[in-house]
Amino acid sequence: MNATAPVLLYRIAAVAVLGFIVLPLAVIVWVSFFSNRILSFPPEGYTLDWYARAWSRAEFREGLLLSLQTALFASLASLAIGVPASYALARCKFPGRDVVTNILLAPMVVPGIVGGAAMYIFYIDVEIATEVQLAGSLPGLYAAHLLVALPWTIRLVTASLIGVDRSISEAAASLGAGPVTVFFRIILPVIKPALIASALFAFVASFIDLEKSLFLVGPGRTTLQIAIVSYLEWNLDSTIAAVATVQIAIIAALLLITNRYAQLNRAF
Amino acid sequence: MSEIVLSDVCKHYGEIAAVQSTSLTIGEGELVTFLGPSGCGKTTTLRMIGGFVDVTSGRILVGGRDVTRLPPARRNMGFVFQNYALFPHMTVAGNVAFGLEMRKIGKADIARRVTEALARVRLGHLADRLPKQLSGGQQQRVALARALVIEPTVLLLDEPLSNLDAKLRHEMKTEIRQLQKSLALTTIFVTHDQDEALSVSDRLVVMSAGRVEQIGTPREVFERPASAFVADFMGFSNLVPVRLDGQGRGHLRSGMAFAIDGARSATGEGLLALRAEHIALSRAPMAGSSNSAAATVESLTYRGSFVDYTVRLDDETRLQVRGEAQAPFAPGARAFVAWAPQAGTLVEARPA
Repeated sequence: MNATAPVLLYRIAAVAVLGFIVLPLAVIVWVSFFSNRILSFPPEGYTLDWYARAWSRAEFREGLLLSLQTALFASLASLAIGVPASYALARCKFPGRDVVTNILLAPMVVPGIVGGAAMYIFYIDVEIATEVQLAGSLPGLYAAHLLVALPWTIRLVTASLIGVDRSISEAAASLGAGPVTVFFRIILPVIKPALIASALFAFVASFIDLEKSLFLVGPGRTTLQIAIVSYLEWNLDSTIAAVATVQIAIIAALLLITNRYAQLNRAF
Repeated sequence: MSEIVLSDVCKHYGEIAAVQSTSLTIGEGELVTFLGPSGCGKTTTLRMIGGFVDVTSGRILVGGRDVTRLPPARRNMGFVFQNYALFPHMTVAGNVAFGLEMRKIGKADIARRVTEALARVRLGHLADRLPKQLSGGQQQRVALARALVIEPTVLLLDEPLSNLDAKLRHEMKTEIRQLQKSLALTTIFVTHDQDEALSVSDRLVVMSAGRVEQIGTPREVFERPASAFVADFMGFSNLVPVRLDGQGRGHLRSGMAFAIDGARSATGEGLLALRAEHIALSRAPMAGSSNSAAATVESLTYRGSFVDYTVRLDDETRLQVRGEAQAPFAPGARAFVAWAPQAGTLVEARPA
C-alpha cells in the first residue's frame, strides 16, 4: 500500500502515543523481576523475590486490603446513590437541575489534594461541633471515597439514560406498568452496561486515590497508594515495581472480566 | 363500548397553544386518521388520549368513562410508536408477554396468548429473537402484536408506517386495516401522508396549527375540502382567487367568468380549488366547454407517465396543469385550458 506523507506521519504519531502509554507499564512489570538490589539497568538476573518481599511487609498487605474494601464500598454506594440521582437528572425537569449536575460532577474537577484538605478541615469542624470523630475514622474514609467515585457513576449513568428512548418507558406504561416497574424491568436492564462500567470506574477511581486518603486515613491504617508513597520515601528497589505490577494486574483483570459481561465501549 | 369522545380538549405549552379547543367523537370500531403537517397538533392530541401528555383543559372519555386524569397504565390502550419502542433487552415473545404479565395473568395463559398474537402478525417463528435482529417491518409487527395482545379498548397508532420503505408501507397499511376491521377495534391513526390517510380511514380529521380544519370521509375531504389549507394539503395545486357574482359564476381579475358548481348564490371573494389533473390542455379551443381560456405554456416538468405544466392565462393567472406525456407542449406555446364546472370546488379565501 502506498501511503502519502501525511498518512505516514499520522501512523507514526499514533504508534508513538500508544508506545508512550504502554511502555512505562511494560517496563515496570519487567523491572519487577530484576534481581538488581536497587532500581537500575541493565538487569543482572531475574527473580520473584520482590513479590515475596512486598507480601511480607504488613503495610502492603493491609494497604491492599483496605484499598479493596474502600473501593468496593465506594463503588456500590455510588451506584445506590448515583443511579436514582442520574434518573432524576436525565428524566425530570426541575429548577436548579444544572446546578445539581455540576455539584455532583465537581469532585472530578476539584484537585484531589484540595478536596482532601477540605474534607479534613470539614471533619475536624464537625468533630468540634458534635464530638463525632470523622477524621481518621473508617466511615470518614469511606465517605471521602464515595465522593471520588460518585461523579463517574453520575456521568456514565446519566449519559446512558439520556440515550434511552423515552418511548420505551411510555410503551411499558401503556402496557400497564407503573413507574417503579418501568424503572426496574425496563430502564435498569437497558442501561446494564453503563451500570457495570460505572461500578468499575468508580472502583478504580477510589482504588487509585492517594490525595484524599492521605488526609483521612487514621493512625495505624494505610491504603495501598499511601503505602507505596511511604515506601518510596526511604527505599528504591524493585519491591515497588512488584506492588505496581500487582495493581496493574488487578485493574486489568477487572476490566477484562467486566468486558465479558458488558461491552464497555457501548456504555459511553 | 369503546367510543372516544374529546370535549373541548386543549393543550398549552406556556403561551403556545399546541392544540386549541378540540371536540370530536370517534365511533366504536371506527378507524379515524389525524392528518396534517408536522407541528399541527395531531401527535399531541394522540398522546393526550394515550395519557402521555397532560390535558390543559377539557375532557377525554372512552366508552363513557372519563380518562382525562388517568395514568397511561390504567387506560388499557394499545399504543404503537413511530419508532416501535420495543424493549431492546427482551425477546419478541418477552415484548409481547409484558403487557399480560402486568395484568397478572397465569403463565400458561400468557404463553398461549403470546403465541396467538404472534401468529396473527405471522411472526411465530421469530419469538426468540431480539428486536435488533429483526427488520423494520418485523419490528413494526411485533409492536402491533404487543399492543393488541392486551385486548385494548382502543388502538392508537403514531405514524406507524413512516419508517418503512414504500413497498412495506403498503403491505403494513393493508395489514393494519385488516386487523383493525377483523377486531372491530376503535382506532386512531396519525400520519402526515395523505395517501396513507385516504386508504386506511373511515374518517379523516385534518389538522393545522393546533386546530381541526375538517372532519369527513376520505371522499369528502379529498373532493370537497372545507378550507384553503385542506385543499392545498389534499393536492389541489390551483387555488385561484375569484369574485363570485351570486349567479353561480366566478370572475377572475380580468373579468373572465366561468361557471362553478356549488357556487349558487354565493357572493364576495373566494378561492376556486382545482386539481392539475382536472384541467385539460389542448391546441384548439374545446367546443362546448363552458370554462375555457387561452393560455401560454410557461414551463414543464417531465414526470414519466405525465407532464406537469405551469401555464399563464392572458390575465396573468397561473395554473398548474397535468398533461399527457405524449407530444408535450413546448415552453412558450399557445394552448387552451378547460375544465368542467363540477371539477372545481370553492373554499373561503385565506384570512390575510
